[in-house]
Amino acid sequence: MKSNLKVFLKGIFDVSPLMIPVVPFGLIFGVLAIDVGFSPLETMGMSLIVFGGASQIVLLQLFSGGASSFVIISSVGAVNSRHLLYGAVVSEHLSDLKLIWKIIISYFLIDQAYAISNEYLKRNKDQNKYFHLVGAGATCWVIWQSTTFLGIILGAAIPEKLGLSFAIPLTFLALLVNDFRKFINFIVIIISGSVATFGFNYIPFKAYAIVAGLTGLLVATILIKMVKTNE
Amino acid sequence: MSNWALIIYCGLITYLTRFSMIALIKKEMFNDRIRQVLSYVPSAIFPAIIFPAIFLDNSGSILIGNNPKILAALIATLIGIFSRSIIATIFSGLASYWFLIFVV
Repeated sequence: MKSNLKVFLKGIFDVSPLMIPVVPFGLIFGVLAIDVGFSPLETMGMSLIVFGGASQIVLLQLFSGGASSFVIISSVGAVNSRHLLYGAVVSEHLSDLKLIWKIIISYFLIDQAYAISNEYLKRNKDQNKYFHLVGAGATCWVIWQSTTFLGIILGAAIPEKLGLSFAIPLTFLALLVNDFRKFINFIVIIISGSVATFGFNYIPFKAYAIVAGLTGLLVATILIKMVKTNE
Repeated sequence: MSNWALIIYCGLITYLTRFSMIALIKKEMFNDRIRQVLSYVPSAIFPAIIFPAIFLDNSGSILIGNNPKILAALIATLIGIFSRSIIATIFSGLASYWFLIFVV
């Protein structure tokens, strides 16, 4: 069995390539949070407390659009519901862990760390294999906090004319690039986007993100069924 | 609600989904059908952030003509589909956006 430190370092090493896109993401978040009206302290607090790129950007987007706290919080929940899917897979490898470790690891369980460590966990039987996840998660943490901090500092120096807020839709678009090729995903993307755009002013409480998301899932459910019956 | 309370609640809900993932949810709890539907969550929810940010102006009305964001987003999507790279998608979108507003 490898030492805890070795497994931890392996986690850092494995996750590093995935950190490249996190750098601009963190910078953009820091810049935008200040732009939208959060104080530097609140912005840093957000990265420390929430520690989730998609959650934080959704928070900013809806906050700047004047959505109520209730809608913001439930939209963040909706965005995070994708994590429930991973649960079924990753919990298998971590079921023997002490509760205290589950509590700690949960904080670090972001997409990148999960994606990379799941491979390692699957291939390994060692008792201390979860140190890989801790290493990967800690790396993400350091990158995310430092780029947020840099973004806060740079924010004042970046002119509004650059339209950096356009980086938000681009970042989410980038997360979907593999889905555009698939037929059902493509239809779901177009329908959800249209509902959100046309419903933006008409759906009450700025709940457009939730309504569009649920509509998209409903369409996905129907399409899955239709494809199955045709097979 | 104060900004700090909002941040803490958003942090709490984010943390709880992650915690439930490894501590509460077991493989048997989801059948294949539910798992399949859940895999469409990103495709269902991210467009709700993407589309309004591209097609709506600051006042919230739909803006189609004279909107460089549409073309820039299309270029980014195509680059993304072919390169499968997150970074290339973001930068090609930003670069074409800047080209359209500053040069053209």
